[in-house]
Amino acid sequence: MRLTECFQRWLFRVARDEQLPIVLSQRRIFIVPTPGGILFAVVLAVMLIGAINYNLSLGHALIFLLAGLGLVAMVHTFHNLFGLRLTPGRVQPTFAGDLAHFPLELENVRRQSRRALEFSFRDQPMVTFDLAAESRATVAIPWATQRRGRVDPGRVTLATRYPLGLLRAWSYPYPPFSCVVYPRPIRTPLPPPSPGAQTDHHHGDSGQEDFAGLRPRQISDPTRHIAWKAVARRSDEQVLLVKQFSGGASDELWLDWSLTPVDRGEEDRLSILAGWILAADEQQARYGLRLPGQQIAPSQGNTHRASCLQALALYGESRPTGGH
Amino acid sequence: MGTRPPQQLVEHAAVPWLLAVALATAGPHAGHLPLWLSLLVGGALLWRAWLWFQGGQLPPRWSLALLVIGAVAGIGWQFHSLLGKDAGVAMLVVFMALKPLEMRSPRDALVIIMLGYFLLLTHYFYSQSIPTGLWLLTAMALLTATLIRLHGGAQPLAAIARYAGLLLLQALPFMLILYLLFPRVAGPLWGLPQDAYAGLSGLSNQMSPGSISNLIQSGAIAFRSQFVGELPEKSELYWRGPVFDAYDGLTWTARPRNAPLPAPVIEAIGSSHAYSSILEAHNQRWLLALDVPTRLPPDSSLAPTLEVLAREPLRVRSRFSFTSTLDYRANRSETSEALQQALTLPPKLNPRTRALADEWKSRPPEKIAEAALAMFRNQQFHYTLRPPLLGPDAMDEFLFVARRGFCEHYASAFVFLMRAAGVPARVVAGYQGGEVNPVDGYLTVRQSDAHAWAEIWLAGKGWVRVDPTAAVAPSRIEQGIVAALPAGEPLPTFVRLDAQWMRQLRNRWEAANNTWNQWVLGYNPQRQREVLARLGLTDPDWRSMSAWLAMLCGVLLLAVMVWTLPKRRPADPVLRAWKAYCMQLDRRGVRRAEWEGPIAFAQRVADARPDLAALTHEAAGCYAELRYGRGGGEQLRLLQQCIHRLPPQGT
Repeated sequence: MRLTECFQRWLFRVARDEQLPIVLSQRRIFIVPTPGGILFAVVLAVMLIGAINYNLSLGHALIFLLAGLGLVAMVHTFHNLFGLRLTPGRVQPTFAGDLAHFPLELENVRRQSRRALEFSFRDQPMVTFDLAAESRATVAIPWATQRRGRVDPGRVTLATRYPLGLLRAWSYPYPPFSCVVYPRPIRTPLPPPSPGAQTDHHHGDSGQEDFAGLRPRQISDPTRHIAWKAVARRSDEQVLLVKQFSGGASDELWLDWSLTPVDRGEEDRLSILAGWILAADEQQARYGLRLPGQQIAPSQGNTHRASCLQALALYGESRPTGGH
Repeated sequence: MGTRPPQQLVEHAAVPWLLAVALATAGPHAGHLPLWLSLLVGGALLWRAWLWFQGGQLPPRWSLALLVIGAVAGIGWQFHSLLGKDAGVAMLVVFMALKPLEMRSPRDALVIIMLGYFLLLTHYFYSQSIPTGLWLLTAMALLTATLIRLHGGAQPLAAIARYAGLLLLQALPFMLILYLLFPRVAGPLWGLPQDAYAGLSGLSNQMSPGSISNLIQSGAIAFRSQFVGELPEKSELYWRGPVFDAYDGLTWTARPRNAPLPAPVIEAIGSSHAYSSILEAHNQRWLLALDVPTRLPPDSSLAPTLEVLAREPLRVRSRFSFTSTLDYRANRSETSEALQQALTLPPKLNPRTRALADEWKSRPPEKIAEAALAMFRNQQFHYTLRPPLLGPDAMDEFLFVARRGFCEHYASAFVFLMRAAGVPARVVAGYQGGEVNPVDGYLTVRQSDAHAWAEIWLAGKGWVRVDPTAAVAPSRIEQGIVAALPAGEPLPTFVRLDAQWMRQLRNRWEAANNTWNQWVLGYNPQRQREVLARLGLTDPDWRSMSAWLAMLCGVLLLAVMVWTLPKRRPADPVLRAWKAYCMQLDRRGVRRAEWEGPIAFAQRVADARPDLAALTHEAAGCYAELRYGRGGGEQLRLLQQCIHRLPPQGT
């Protein structure tokens, strides 16, 4: 097992590609006949016997033309991959159980299109892509996530059987892909605001009741907080202003590990926390996250939501999962 | 372009391609298939096309199975076998027609393509002419385009056609090399089905009234000869075929011999003529040579009756070299057995002819022959393709009542008379004359030149040719069949080609065909050795041939590889100049970030290196104008000059 692995590593150069973009050189493109190609060869052999037996000169010509076509197809199938440049893109995190899409930017510098490029991770669904001549495009390679955590999907299998389907050329580029998979959210009612909080406000609305002023927008601010009227008035400046609300510490919602049902397993409790985060975010609450050993201060917005979910995703493990 | 939806089934839009493949490969077989089968094939393809057009469901598999069983039973009934050549082709055609009706997965599509290749091969059972060869290329282009369409998804038709053409063009040199060098094996590898050589025409191994006049209706070429020296006179061109020495009252045949006769003895008197002939296959052992051959091609022998016999029936068009002498003495000391056979007649038949011959019996043999020829010449005998039907006493009716006949009538009547008068005689069938094709200089002999004549044996002279037809219609021998026959005879038009341009066109076509036949169809193991020897590869065996083959194919593959190497457009000169300028600045300590625009970069340079500010501003301005504005060649030149105007490094 280890020996085959070593052999594969040597032959297919399966190692994370440090140099970007990845350029498919002849050293890393492999080519073998497809089952259809083998059938083609057998058909040619039978036809040759027939042509010899019946002394068909034109039959010989036909068979030789087909054999030539097979050889030419080999070159063309190889060139369909040769010189292709690949650059991995940023991967959007997903929830466990969903399809993660790993974007791979393809660059075709040659004057011919490259058709029927098949991308897949090992044991994962395949996506077929046609790349126009002298163009760039991004293909999203699917990967069915199962568990939370950081995912290294492993090498990409990039194959093609174009133009004639008689041969299959493939390569194993290994772009440095990584994707954070959040726990699959379990929706349960939000916990009550943390002890000591003033409860005269409905907790979901806390933080947005009292207008406190304007400040320049930061990326993490939700777009719905932009003070469009104020921006329109002060058209001379390029800065977007957001409304600030006076929300006291009393309005903060703490999503605490200790509040999740103790009788559920660790993964389920993380899932419940994920559900809470989604619910709190939907209600535009200010929320913080407490996990054993770490704590994220209350805040709101997309960045905050992402860092909370990532903390759940990576909880208890720092090593990557999945992949090969 | 972009992501394609996954395909579990054959794409709807790809189905017409596969139907076109089925039509193109099975369709041309309609000519030699029974009508019901052609209708079935056409119906099945139309049905499938209709289903495609309507988006309807394919029929259930059991109904197709029933259809296949029915068709196979029909083929078995029609051809009395499922294994012969014609039955096999019919089966392939049926499969090809029905497969699209159960075509679901890409694998089914692949089966159709492979069936298509097989069917293409089967066309050459029936014809290997130049048009068939061109059809090969067209059909191959269609099949290749279909494969491209199946694997490459939807593309403009022109793009598919261009790519298929390119692939075929690149495959052609491989074909030529393989054709030339692939070690040829002389077939057949095993016994062929009985119908393998049906339909080959030519002289038959027997002669009865009408057999030659039927043959001359055909304008097909029997053989073509190329003479090394002078072409002999047309009236001397007697091409000897089978010799018939047994007569049963209706049909002349060659008598089977119990013991082999001694080899013939030929004394050549005149000069000899060397020539080589390309004989069309006629499925008989005799090879047509000028009377009489003195040097024979290998693997053949001279029969006691002077015809050249090959070891095997001639089943493919082949080339043979002969030397013949036109003036000769043959078998001056003939065995008594042969002479006895040359005198044998069926008893009782034709009393009037026998009576006439009895009158001549007392004369010397030469005089007897002259008397018979004089009778043909001086009495009212007619040379015609439409002789009346003759009864049991055929010779009596012919000589004394009808007096109308073709060469076989005259030859057999003459031989009958000779035998009845005690002169040993026999019938010789073959061809007489021929026509020189001015395009390539070959003498073309057609089935319409088929002829029959007589030979008598004279003591001291051996076998002497006597052509009674020459007595009746001398122009037959001197000018050919068209001149000899009166107008209105049912000669096919291709024999009577009067128009000069048509004759020329035919000559060119036949010369092209001759080249095709020699180079393409006649390329057998022996020809391959000759050609390779001419290329400097003397006495090649399969090992050296394979080595050459592998080497040449490797070189070709490399050439194709270089040819198809991904071609890049030359780099944009504007971008190149700008990058070169930025690289120079990099060396001087200011590096442009990848994302940095020209103006922003110029601003930064102004802060870092005030001495370079003005120049960089100019360069960035040129670049921005070229890239985003309406800059032209002037700006590009300025930008390129900026690079050289930079002060040297370290200042």
